[in-house]
Amino acid sequence: MTLLVTVFAAIICTLLWYMKAPDRSLQLGTLCLMFWGASIMWLVDAVVEYSEIGAEFFMQDSADMLNDLYLGLSVVALGLIIWLVILLIKDPKGIVRSALIKNN
Amino acid sequence: MACFLVPTTEAIVTTVVEKVVKTRESKDAVTHNENSESVCPKVKLSEKIGWLNKMLWGGSALLAFEHIWHGEVIPVFPFLTAVQNGETADMLAEMGTAGVGMAVLVTLIWAGMVAASNVIEKRDDKSTKKEEA
Repeated sequence: MTLLVTVFAAIICTLLWYMKAPDRSLQLGTLCLMFWGASIMWLVDAVVEYSEIGAEFFMQDSADMLNDLYLGLSVVALGLIIWLVILLIKDPKGIVRSALIKNN
Repeated sequence: MACFLVPTTEAIVTTVVEKVVKTRESKDAVTHNENSESVCPKVKLSEKIGWLNKMLWGGSALLAFEHIWHGEVIPVFPFLTAVQNGETADMLAEMGTAGVGMAVLVTLIWAGMVAASNVIEKRDDKSTKKEEA
């Protein structure tokens, strides 16, 4: 479930990046790569687990699935927070800088 | 257990490589500024290594969060429950299979991205040269 949530987040981000291209001011490429990196890693984790326990891998009970969904959504939230911090630090449009200068 | 440590280690290495390549590129840009005008703008090698960095750091960070969620990483020494419970051998075996697999697959996919980008750049170069001729 965590893998699925992350893959969907990666696909949505990639579509947004494609629609916004060539505008790079939102740093959507960073968010895409972050989610794709995590998706690939969880895919490997899933393959290793499947090779160990076989078809049982797909037969999770509802409590485990709910926990995994909750984890997947938290992972997406954390990814978005990391991306937001990077965006505000890099500040490609200079909005944070100009706001700080105005306040001073 | 601690599989995310393998891609994290690779990310540290590739970050250093990216910094070195970036420094060389900026030095080259100063020396060959006027001589090396390419037909169409190419993606710099440092930027391509940056793609790998972002995948590795982002993936490792989110995976580390998952390990904290499952109680496999703890805020006190030795930071890994597997080490605390004397399961170091199992942990190392998992790092050798899942961890190495993660790092290798991310790197292979990145290599595919770089190869595709190189092909597109070459095609662009050829078509611009044809138009000029």
